[in-house]
Amino acid sequence: MKILVCISHVPDTTSKINFTDGETKFDTNGVQFVINPNDEFGLTRAMWFKEKQGASVDVVNVGGAETEPTLRKALAIGADNAIRVNTEATDGFYVARQLTKVVQDGGYDLVIAGRESIDYNGGMVPGMIAGLTGANFVNTCIGLEVDGDTATVTREIDGGKETSTAKLPLIIGGQKGLVEESDLRIPNMRGIMMARKKPLTVVDPVEAGQETKAVQFQKPAPKGEVTLVAPDNIDQLVELLHNEAKVI
Amino acid sequence: MSVLVYTESEGEKFKKAALEVASYAKEVAAMLGTTVTAVSINGGSSSELGAYGVDKVLEVKNDKLSTFNAKAYADVIKQAVEKEQAKVVIVSSSADSKFLAPLLSVHLNAGYAPNVVALPEESSPFKVKRTAFSNKAFNITEITTDVKVVGLSNNAFGIKENAAAGASEAFEPSLSDSDFGIEITNIDRATDKVSIADAEIVVSGGRGLKGPENWGMVEDLAEVLGAATACSKPVSDLGWRPHAEHVGQTGKPVASNLYIAIGVSGAIQHLAGINASKVKVVINNDPEAPFFKAADYGIVGDAFEVVPKLIEKLKEFKSNNA
Repeated sequence: MKILVCISHVPDTTSKINFTDGETKFDTNGVQFVINPNDEFGLTRAMWFKEKQGASVDVVNVGGAETEPTLRKALAIGADNAIRVNTEATDGFYVARQLTKVVQDGGYDLVIAGRESIDYNGGMVPGMIAGLTGANFVNTCIGLEVDGDTATVTREIDGGKETSTAKLPLIIGGQKGLVEESDLRIPNMRGIMMARKKPLTVVDPVEAGQETKAVQFQKPAPKGEVTLVAPDNIDQLVELLHNEAKVI
Repeated sequence: MSVLVYTESEGEKFKKAALEVASYAKEVAAMLGTTVTAVSINGGSSSELGAYGVDKVLEVKNDKLSTFNAKAYADVIKQAVEKEQAKVVIVSSSADSKFLAPLLSVHLNAGYAPNVVALPEESSPFKVKRTAFSNKAFNITEITTDVKVVGLSNNAFGIKENAAAGASEAFEPSLSDSDFGIEITNIDRATDKVSIADAEIVVSGGRGLKGPENWGMVEDLAEVLGAATACSKPVSDLGWRPHAEHVGQTGKPVASNLYIAIGVSGAIQHLAGINASKVKVVINNDPEAPFFKAADYGIVGDAFEVVPKLIEKLKEFKSNNA
């Protein structure tokens, strides 16, 4: 089985978010970048398929050279090959078109991407790859098994979960649950050394338009002070929630 | 060229999110000087949608579509868009709508802006305000394609009554076998509990509650309020509560009217996930807990004393205001 894991290069979850150039660009100053958490759950599940079922695992990112340390980290965790599509990731549709080319050229059986990136939260790339390739697609995936050419997939739905079966090729929008948090791997020294020698192929982008443009960013309005209520005066809290906040 | 809205239902009853996207579509249509057409797949009564501004409902009744199937549903909506020559398509942020929207966008060659929180800033060029960076920022996104898909955030716009015809019209899209590549074998949905996505009030517990055996009072509080229960990431990682209750940046997003956090310190990742909630209450014995900076109301105190009292007071309040 050939697996491709799509890796988004995103600011660490603890990052302070600021913008520059008249609030039109994300300020990367002092920001540490990581593998998108939703992608990391998928990558870790892919490692399981590699170790238990002999799958090969490639990772791919659409971005400039600055994203290579993130791909190297994925190689250090255990992926076999990395591909970087050398272009700026301008919007979800554009990224999906780039990845579709990689998916088609590589003849992958299983493509795992995160359900969304934690920076732009578009949540559209895996579904768009499925739309463009015609492959089966399951989003918000929390369980994945493959037997021969058939996958059994569990996805989170509002208020529960749903299990289905689908033939490969299959595109997955993954999240926590694909593996547990405690299953995530920190690359060890041997992995890091080996990752330096693994192939990282840079490919040129395909011609594609841009369907959406991020025109301007805004920070949320500053929050007012908290109203403290004494622990022996719960009546006041009930009164505030009823008369002031009007939520009960 | 009406505005087309996908109104989801569950068990032949429209979801709350369906009424919200209908209300939103009505105002977008007013901006564009056009009407609202809804697509309803094995849904409720069209007149119900009429009360929220829908002029026409394309009703699809088809046994093959009795359970949600993203590819087939996207195909139905695409055909409705083409029939109506709609330029703006509006969907919700439910798990199902977020599943089908990217497929629909590809089929329509349409730009898609998800997590939209307000009416379009401008209709030409078409610009919408959406959340980004996990609720730590907003982005103004311009959709440049002829047909546009807008995903409205849950509970961002509200439900607004607005009488319109709600005329029903049978719609029979053509479905192909390739729409049904995924075979659903089991659906496990808790029908007796409010889901986090639909809840108006969410009650959440953190590690400050010391162990899973102490969740009884969280559930009691949720029951009094008709709320959903949730938890912080450490609590789900420790296995005290199921993953499905984990809210935060890598868990479920919460956009409720009221969010009550008990013994949750308020790590930046947790706050990112719950920030879209309108009113936040924190109960924590540590006055330095970061959550106090993000909350509207706070009680510095021992949850094991405060929460039982709060339950008692809310019961009194409910019986006085019944």
